[in-house]
Amino acid sequence: MLSIEIKVEALHAWYGNDEVLHGIDLAIEPRSVTAIIGPSGCGKSTFIRCLNRLHETNPGARVAGHVWVGGEDVYRMDPIDVRRTIGMVFQRPNPFPTMSIFDNVALGLKFAGVKDRRRLRARVEESLAMAALWDEVKDRLHQPAMSLSGGQQQRLCIARALAVEPRVLLMDEPTSALDPISTMRIEELVQNLKQTYTIVIVTHNMQQAARIADQTAFFLDGHLIEVGPTSKVFTKPDDKRTEDYVSGRFG
Amino acid sequence: MQRNVLDAQLADIKQQLQAMGEQVRSALQQALASLQQGDAAQARQVVDGDAGINRMEHELEERCIRLIATQQPVAKDLRKVTAALRIAGELERMADLAVDIARAVIRQQPSPADPVMPDILRMAAVVEEMIRQALVAYVNEDLAAARNLAVLDDEADRLYRGILEELFSRRPDDQGRIAQAMAFAFIGRYLERMGDHATNVGEGVVYIHSGERIDLN
Repeated sequence: MLSIEIKVEALHAWYGNDEVLHGIDLAIEPRSVTAIIGPSGCGKSTFIRCLNRLHETNPGARVAGHVWVGGEDVYRMDPIDVRRTIGMVFQRPNPFPTMSIFDNVALGLKFAGVKDRRRLRARVEESLAMAALWDEVKDRLHQPAMSLSGGQQQRLCIARALAVEPRVLLMDEPTSALDPISTMRIEELVQNLKQTYTIVIVTHNMQQAARIADQTAFFLDGHLIEVGPTSKVFTKPDDKRTEDYVSGRFG
Repeated sequence: MQRNVLDAQLADIKQQLQAMGEQVRSALQQALASLQQGDAAQARQVVDGDAGINRMEHELEERCIRLIATQQPVAKDLRKVTAALRIAGELERMADLAVDIARAVIRQQPSPADPVMPDILRMAAVVEEMIRQALVAYVNEDLAAARNLAVLDDEADRLYRGILEELFSRRPDDQGRIAQAMAFAFIGRYLERMGDHATNVGEGVVYIHSGERIDLN
């Protein structure tokens, strides 16, 4: 029996009276990359926002069903613990604009009660190194985060998410605002990070899913149409709708 | 359908492969005619015509590579392109074998009156039918025709074994007759190999449609 890091069962989500996810079942292995693909409005972003309970923070939004991470029921956990266990990176880099590079990464640790400055510094360095940013910023840690390029800011956000040692990293189109070189760096980074973390990435870029994901899930109109090994989804999908989507015939 | 360019390029590749297949068929027909008539000049035409078929293969390869680089096909589109690359290679090998038959006609001058000739021609007819059906299977996406190649291949193999038995049962009483027998044995072997390449084309057709890898040989 393969071990499961994230287990989703009969997950439904609503915005007001609009049901946007219609009963999703999905299992994700630890230390793997899962890509969520599908046309705009198919529910893929809502889906990952249900994994870390971000969805329910929208006014009128509602969730039913189950999500377990590392065997723990996410919807029975303290939301603070959920965010610590499940890190998230968004489409546009969103560092805290008034803070330095160092403070952006250290903030989560400070909230978690880490006071020892040496420990703080060591963890910040470790996180920046894991996000492949350390070498570029080590001499300017106290400069404003906004002095970094877009690609660097996105890696800073990844470092910030990693600092609190999550189990899972959610990425919502993390490269759609980046240039090709920065995109490649993030993709390489994802490959390295999966040795430690379980990663779920929403992407509009099909080639990106094909390059970096172990498993790919195709969503359409709030339904999970097909999930399987990425190589299979891109070479021989089971469902005609998946085939039409990945071969660029709609969406 | 939003991929008109990709679809048009795939259609071009298909058409070009079909044209290449027809060239290979006609090379085989010409090689067999030269054998039947002991006509070295005609055989030479087959040898000379091979460069054109090789060029077609390279052009097809170029097109497939360009399509992969510019259109990034996936799923069935990708299978169509990779299978086209493979089928082009198989056709090119078949053309080389037609050249081998033509060269045997030029060098060994096998006698059109040899008693094994009718069997060789019977086998050649089966192999020619295999090439025709392989092309039909590819062009019409006809899986039944592709699978039927296995039946024809068995028939070609059976005829080939009969030819060998007949040749090896001859008494080696003079050098000239041994050389004749050898020439026909090789020609039978070339035909048998052509049939195998035709089954490979059929396997490519099945792969395009189902992603399934089967052995028709």
